[in-house]
Amino acid sequence: MAKDIRITPIKNGTAIDHLNTGSAYKILEVLDLRDFTVTVGMNVESRKMGKKDIMFIEGRELSKNELNTIALVGKGATINIIRDAEIKNKSELGYPESVEGIMKCINPKCITNAERIPAKFQIRKEPLEAKCFYCEMRMGEKEIISSIKSD
Amino acid sequence: MKSAEKQNARKNTDFTDVISILDFTRPMIERVLGRAQQLENMPRPQKAKILENKVVASLFFEPSTRTRLSFETAAQNLGARIIGFSDANVTSTSKGETLSDTIHIIENYADIIVMRHFIEGAAKRAAEISKVPIVNAGDGANQHPTQTMLDLYTIRKEFGKIDGIKIALAGDLKYGRTVHSLMYALSQFDNVTVYLISPESLAMPRHIIEETRKKLKIFETANIEKYIKECDVLYATRIQKERFPDEVEYQKVRNAYVITPQIVAKGKPSLRIMPPLPRVNELSQALDGTPAALYFKQAANGIPVREALLSMLADAKKGTGG
Repeated sequence: MAKDIRITPIKNGTAIDHLNTGSAYKILEVLDLRDFTVTVGMNVESRKMGKKDIMFIEGRELSKNELNTIALVGKGATINIIRDAEIKNKSELGYPESVEGIMKCINPKCITNAERIPAKFQIRKEPLEAKCFYCEMRMGEKEIISSIKSD
Repeated sequence: MKSAEKQNARKNTDFTDVISILDFTRPMIERVLGRAQQLENMPRPQKAKILENKVVASLFFEPSTRTRLSFETAAQNLGARIIGFSDANVTSTSKGETLSDTIHIIENYADIIVMRHFIEGAAKRAAEISKVPIVNAGDGANQHPTQTMLDLYTIRKEFGKIDGIKIALAGDLKYGRTVHSLMYALSQFDNVTVYLISPESLAMPRHIIEETRKKLKIFETANIEKYIKECDVLYATRIQKERFPDEVEYQKVRNAYVITPQIVAKGKPSLRIMPPLPRVNELSQALDGTPAALYFKQAANGIPVREALLSMLADAKKGTGG
């Protein structure tokens, strides 16, 4: 974790490190963190990445779906679970194999848009692609990020 | 016969719905084609006992002639009773009923549901929630798996095999769902060569080429005559005017992919023409009745293939639905 920045470490919760720049803003948009203390560092100097974003979420360990969302928005981010001011678990986020309910299908004729049912996707890597479980529409990285629900 | 027939069906059934050709492996496809051949040769009275006392629902939310009639004929040939509609305007859908609700109601009336819907993914959704098997008879521009099955059956019947076949797919390869599904299905077989013939603006989507390239030998051209000498099958699709941003572009290519006797004469004597009907202008009527014209036989093959699928689904065990 970058020690040279003026961010108070959290006691319990989640620290998200090594986010691509711009990802923190998107994560704030897609995760519902309104009831939590969140500290965000954007365009922070990083030896590994040049510039990066970091986030500290006090009192909240993220769910699998939330981690999948972050994985799609900022692949390669590191998740640190903090308990009693110690890192209890550290993991690098890879792409999930499938996601459900975190983004919309871009096909306006898809059943998920016609009947408002949660969209499910199979995720393929290199290059990142999401295939709709229902209508088989394929979405590239830009479409994935822009279709992640912001509500 | 009844119990033997049922046992046979059970043994051969390893799918509980027919939604997308992507769900079918080669052994599954071969079992369907084998079953179709068996049914084609089965005496009618014997066949009529397979779905005796079963009800097949034929739900066509979108108009169709050949697909609906061939499904309904197939179901009747197997002895099933048919319920359904061919116009969603006469149903509660027009009052705003969701597909999920429609399926939850019909699943209590029927043993198998055949459906065509203009919404893409509708059949997949129906399969997810229905306690009875769903057969996708077309979901918008997405999938039409039984068309692909009958295309494969036609090739196998005509040439005795699918392995090693050389097939040209011509015309609108960008939007045509039948050619997309056929590419995926052919990639399950060995040594298949595919010639993709289209104007650049209607080329086969790259992702389909990339996904099938490992198994298929693929050649691309805009010239319909370039590989005609090599082909066993010429699968011609219609170029639709509405796919073009302007009239000039359409006029440039509209006649470039019309299959005429002159083009066919440049191919091998064994060349066969297989467009998914209905035809508009992509195929000269002068070819009707010639040995190359496989299209009416192709349409007729829809019956045994759909009989096969319905009979294999008759004893499919699904979960309780959702």
